[in-house]
Amino acid sequence: MADLTTDFLGIKSPNPFWLASAPPTDKEYNVRRAFEAGWGGVVWKTLGSEGPPVVNVNGPRYGAIYGADRRLLGLNNIELITDRPLETNLEEMARVKADYPDRALIASIMVPCEEQAWKDILPRVAETNADGIELNFGCPHGMSERGMGAAVGQVPEYIEMVTRWCKQYYDRPVIVKLTPNITDVRKPALAAKNGGADAVSLINTINSITSVNLDTMSPEPSIDGKGSHGGYCGPAVKPIAMSMVSEIARHEPTHGLPISGIGGITTWRDAAEFMALGCGNVQVCTAVMTYGFKIVQEMISGLSQWMDEKGHRSTADFIGMAVPNVTDWQYLNLNYVAKAKIDQDSCISCGRCYAACEDTSHQAIAMSEDRTFTVIDEECVACNLCVDVCPVQDCISMVPMEPGQVDPRTGKVVEKEYANWTTHPNNPGAVAAE
Amino acid sequence: MADVMTPGLATGRLPAEALAENFEDLHPALTPHEAVVAADRCYFCHDAPCVTACPTDIDIPLFIRQISTGTAEAAARTIFDQNILGGMCARVCPTEDLCEGACVREIAEGKPVEIGRLQRHATDTLMARQGHPFERAPSTGKRVAVVGAGPAGLACAHRLAMLGHDVVLLEAKGKAGGLNEFGIAAYKATDDIAAREVEWLMGVGGIELHTGQILGESFQLEELAGSFDAVFLGTGLSGVNALGVAGEDLDDVVDAVRFIAHLRQAKDMTALPIGRNVVVIGGGMTAIDAAVQSKLLGAQNVTLAYRRGRDQMGASAYEQDLAASKGVNLMFNVQPKEAHADADEYLAEIELEYTADDGSGLKGTGETVRLPADQLFSAIGQTLTLDAGLELDGRKIAVGPTGRTSREGVWAGGDCTPGDDLTVVAVAEGRDAAMDIHRTLMA
Repeated sequence: MADLTTDFLGIKSPNPFWLASAPPTDKEYNVRRAFEAGWGGVVWKTLGSEGPPVVNVNGPRYGAIYGADRRLLGLNNIELITDRPLETNLEEMARVKADYPDRALIASIMVPCEEQAWKDILPRVAETNADGIELNFGCPHGMSERGMGAAVGQVPEYIEMVTRWCKQYYDRPVIVKLTPNITDVRKPALAAKNGGADAVSLINTINSITSVNLDTMSPEPSIDGKGSHGGYCGPAVKPIAMSMVSEIARHEPTHGLPISGIGGITTWRDAAEFMALGCGNVQVCTAVMTYGFKIVQEMISGLSQWMDEKGHRSTADFIGMAVPNVTDWQYLNLNYVAKAKIDQDSCISCGRCYAACEDTSHQAIAMSEDRTFTVIDEECVACNLCVDVCPVQDCISMVPMEPGQVDPRTGKVVEKEYANWTTHPNNPGAVAAE
Repeated sequence: MADVMTPGLATGRLPAEALAENFEDLHPALTPHEAVVAADRCYFCHDAPCVTACPTDIDIPLFIRQISTGTAEAAARTIFDQNILGGMCARVCPTEDLCEGACVREIAEGKPVEIGRLQRHATDTLMARQGHPFERAPSTGKRVAVVGAGPAGLACAHRLAMLGHDVVLLEAKGKAGGLNEFGIAAYKATDDIAAREVEWLMGVGGIELHTGQILGESFQLEELAGSFDAVFLGTGLSGVNALGVAGEDLDDVVDAVRFIAHLRQAKDMTALPIGRNVVVIGGGMTAIDAAVQSKLLGAQNVTLAYRRGRDQMGASAYEQDLAASKGVNLMFNVQPKEAHADADEYLAEIELEYTADDGSGLKGTGETVRLPADQLFSAIGQTLTLDAGLELDGRKIAVGPTGRTSREGVWAGGDCTPGDDLTVVAVAEGRDAAMDIHRTLMA
């Protein structure tokens, strides 16, 4: 059986599944139960400075987006950092870490952008024997209005400055958690690296309004008739998160910077995908807020089974394996030609492929009187929309054409050689391949 | 106090509470949560097979999508645009043979989207929350006579009234509804739905209902044709086929249609006499409805005897299973030979002969079996009794695609014309005839 033990920045954990800093990790009671359920690590709910505790709203904190059968696809929240006294959290962290020495315990921190604030809190965190810290530069609501969270994460210079303070006053690994509410995630990632960060974690939540109540005209979640943007997370944000992770993983100046992947990870497969894109481990929140701590059992068994099937003995074997395959559009092989193929045996004749192709694509699917759907190779550009809308898995596939065959759509012979846009004759800026 | 073992015919074999439970809704209404879950399963197929399978062409994917987005009234409107008796059809349609049988999820998982129950959810919602949803067009000044207030006549009358014509609806029985009211198993039409639906349908206005009006007795087709701009006949089939065996004139050999009508109109189920040993002859929906309801009334033994094999039965596999699940004994390849009476001239036994088809047609094999029977229901089909001088197609009134009969100005639809004898087919025919009448009158 595959070994799921993970070494992230020298921090060992029995598996790569950590709980992200969020409501599930707000207190000892939850964290102990999470560890008992099998979670490899926990990033404790973000700590703030000493002083009067943070206050939260007393109405709904969450809003949701649903798929079929009311399956939760996206969640947003307007909860702030921990609203419990700093000392209480620190005492609990110390106790939990002492009782679970084999699990990772990370302290998430968000204090004002002043050196003294960090200088004050870091020694106290160190006393808990936590394995490291994560700097919360990501929360997009409430705290950002006070100059913290995303307000820091959106200014690379601040990131670098605060990271440097942390490296100066704290001797264990420093992870910088990045906000996706920026235009180019490589900039804050590089700033973290320049400040001496040991790793980045991403993504934090995305600015969002999940719905508008059409009776009261208030955004949801609604507090006394008003709403505020909240942080969006859950399965819906996974594609955004994976793209940002891949940008950092393949960008030369940040390539090799350890990444803890976050964003809609719900199953072992999601986790494996993030790790293939360069994440040393992953952090989960929405999935446990939806289904409870127990899902980690499926994540552990699923990842193990897949690793066994693929012959990966440790997670290090496949981390980053997909990174070389992430490229820019201009380098995609324009000589690669595929055609959709419908497996008539598994087709249930719903006609969704036909409607999608006929109404919105290339009119490349024919429908017969008896509802047999077939691809018209002369029209098919292999856009994949039919595959995407088909309710039956693997019913429609994209079959690559062999070199030497003639593409009935273009009448051209499929070339064996790779050729991309940079050398394409239609590209005014093409460089002659000499 | 009678019980299931009481010999002969008896009332009150089961206590009132047990009867009430037995005759509860066969498919209870979906709760709002169930409706959303069920609606989620629809794939919104292109040119959907369910729509093709629906005789009234209801846009099923659209109405299900409307349910799933929280607008059940809009969904109902989509249904009623095509089928004004959509509420009743949701309850009585053999969906397993129609929309649900064609559902792609039947192919995919053997479990279709619950179209019938979703349709009921939508139509119930609209009927409960608001009055009649359609407004009449300005009056055309045209008058149309509709004969028969069953599904075909009601659908025709409603569509004509909606289009601005004045309709006189003539019904032979004491109230409107046709087989929705007098036929069909009670557990498919609970809470007086048939009568409530008629009242709601009449809410469109412009329909004048006259009951107790029998064509050929109270009035003649000739008179109607002379005094109205058009006539629609939706008279159904009022005759029943005879068994043609000795003993069929015994008191307790009864036409199943009459038994069901009596049951549907009963105010008190405990006052309905039912045999201890009941035998139903036939293989269609009427036979199933009679057999199941006999069982539900407390008959100890109910046998449904059909002359051919199971696969040739008119009733769907679903209905056969329903009968079996209620404890009805299904016998195949047997035909009635003779009804035997006891010394007091009460029905005592039915003698059945086994049948076989060697390729030259169904024949008795000579081997017989006798079943104790103190009540025998005959459900071997109904016939057209109307003789109005119209051309026939087989044993029914010959019509063109939009219901035109051989006589100009006279249209017909429903069970009195060729085609499947289903509520939903009758509605489609009544509606289509109304549209043709409208086009003809406004030309």
